[in-house]
Amino acid sequence: MDNEDVVIEVKGLKKSFGENVIINGIDLTVRKGETVVLIGPSGCGKSTLLRCLNGLEPIQEGSVLLHGEPVEYGKRSLYKIRQKIGMVFQDYGLFPHMTVLDNVMLAPLKVQKRAKDEVKKEAMALLERVGLGDKAKSYPSQLSGGQQQRAAIVRSLVVRPDIMLLDEITAALDPEMVHEVLNVVLDLAKNGSTMIIVTHEMAFAEAAANRVILMDGGVIVEENPPEKFFKDPDTERAKRFLSTFSYSR
Amino acid sequence: MDWSFITEYYPLYIESAVLTVTIGGLGIILSVIVGILCAIARYYRIPLLNGIAAAYTELSRNTPLIVQLFFLYFGLPKIGIVFSSETCGVVGLAFLGGGYMSESILSGLLSVRKTHLEAAASLGLNGFQTMTNVILPQAASVATPAVCANVIFLLKETSVFSAVSLADLMYTAKDLIGMYYSTTEALTMLVIAYLIIILPVSIVFTLLERRLHRAGI
Ligand SMILES: Nc1ncnc2c1ncn2[C@@H]1O[C@H](COP(=O)(O)OP(=O)(O)OP(=O)(O)O)[C@@H](O)[C@H]1O
Ligand SMILES: [Mg+2]
Repeated sequence: MDNEDVVIEVKGLKKSFGENVIINGIDLTVRKGETVVLIGPSGCGKSTLLRCLNGLEPIQEGSVLLHGEPVEYGKRSLYKIRQKIGMVFQDYGLFPHMTVLDNVMLAPLKVQKRAKDEVKKEAMALLERVGLGDKAKSYPSQLSGGQQQRAAIVRSLVVRPDIMLLDEITAALDPEMVHEVLNVVLDLAKNGSTMIIVTHEMAFAEAAANRVILMDGGVIVEENPPEKFFKDPDTERAKRFLSTFSYSR
Repeated sequence: MDWSFITEYYPLYIESAVLTVTIGGLGIILSVIVGILCAIARYYRIPLLNGIAAAYTELSRNTPLIVQLFFLYFGLPKIGIVFSSETCGVVGLAFLGGGYMSESILSGLLSVRKTHLEAAASLGLNGFQTMTNVILPQAASVATPAVCANVIFLLKETSVFSAVSLADLMYTAKDLIGMYYSTTEALTMLVIAYLIIILPVSIVFTLLERRLHRAGI
């Protein structure tokens, strides 16, 4: 595969909070069109890794490159680079004082300075696509959690990022809403979006991923295609991790 | 009650009420500006300015207005800085109010959730765009009730202006009592004058808060 395809490249990443080493040397390459699912026990540093990829956290060692450009915490260049990295959070983060449509149109209008007509058309089309066409004029507080999360996905998509980072986006949702949100993400995965997804939904991981990565103790423990990872993982650690998701009577 | 006294002297009250409202209004507007600047310095922890703003806030909120006015009116001339009574009134009120406003506005700014700041950052908004589009609108609705309470508080505080020889409402009432001993009439007119000034402001603020509350922010 040639290098043109590489969207994000992480080399020797180390991250600690004070004395606490959270990420202890991670290398990761994500190519265009790939959906990488990141799993691992609670507290192993999945969110921290995603936040480092987006420059939300300073790192101690290594580098994060987006299309060869360094992503560095606190640098001016971040504002430009972040438009190419979409991020969706567990607790949605829709701005409460704006309608759904205004939330979605904010970045394209204010940051990218695109024409309003064009942006509105695209925003409405995306909202329709995730089943929120009739909610464009509603405020976030008038929406269910699942609807808010779908709107948040659209808000990231409309910026046309090169890669999307999704951090446990269904963890705060009632079970019946998880499905509607994951279907949207699955649709994106099947249509060639580049994504890194942190999730605890194993069935979804298996369906959406091109590659599954298991993190533990600050490093990547196993990295395999889903067929391999879920049926016949290479490591004992992965077997043990997967066994925590099954029940036997 | 001596009605002829009232009809004779109520124009004096109108005159001094205008003065109270003008000086009070100017002082309050200034205090909001000072408050916004201090709150922003403290919110972003701008080196040096943060410390100055924090110290100023404590100083202004923990000393009585009358002491601040005395300092401006009697203290500063000793080192060659002379302000008129009017200037002392405006500056003194702004000095006092700036501290209160800064506290209220800062707590509004701090109420904006971290997720919203990070969502704004990851959408590529820069600091200024985040401030104007995300932080200020949310902070404004959170801070409004406290800012309104400060405005009313400051309007009432104007009653010590007479200490620096400003011919405000209080001054007029004291003057009339001193000259004619018509305590009942003078005080009744004083209370009514303050009510006429403050009550409408209070009602407008209550309506505003109710509206914000309904908007659910
Ligand atoms: N701002 C911070 N300051 C100090 N420690 C932190 C901070 N953020 C995270 N941590 C620590 O880093 C570790 C990894 O946290 P992180 O949120 O990345 O885990 P996670 O894999 O996403 O877990 P979960 O599955 O529960 O979301 C945890 O031990 C956490 O306590
Ligand atoms: Mg997490």
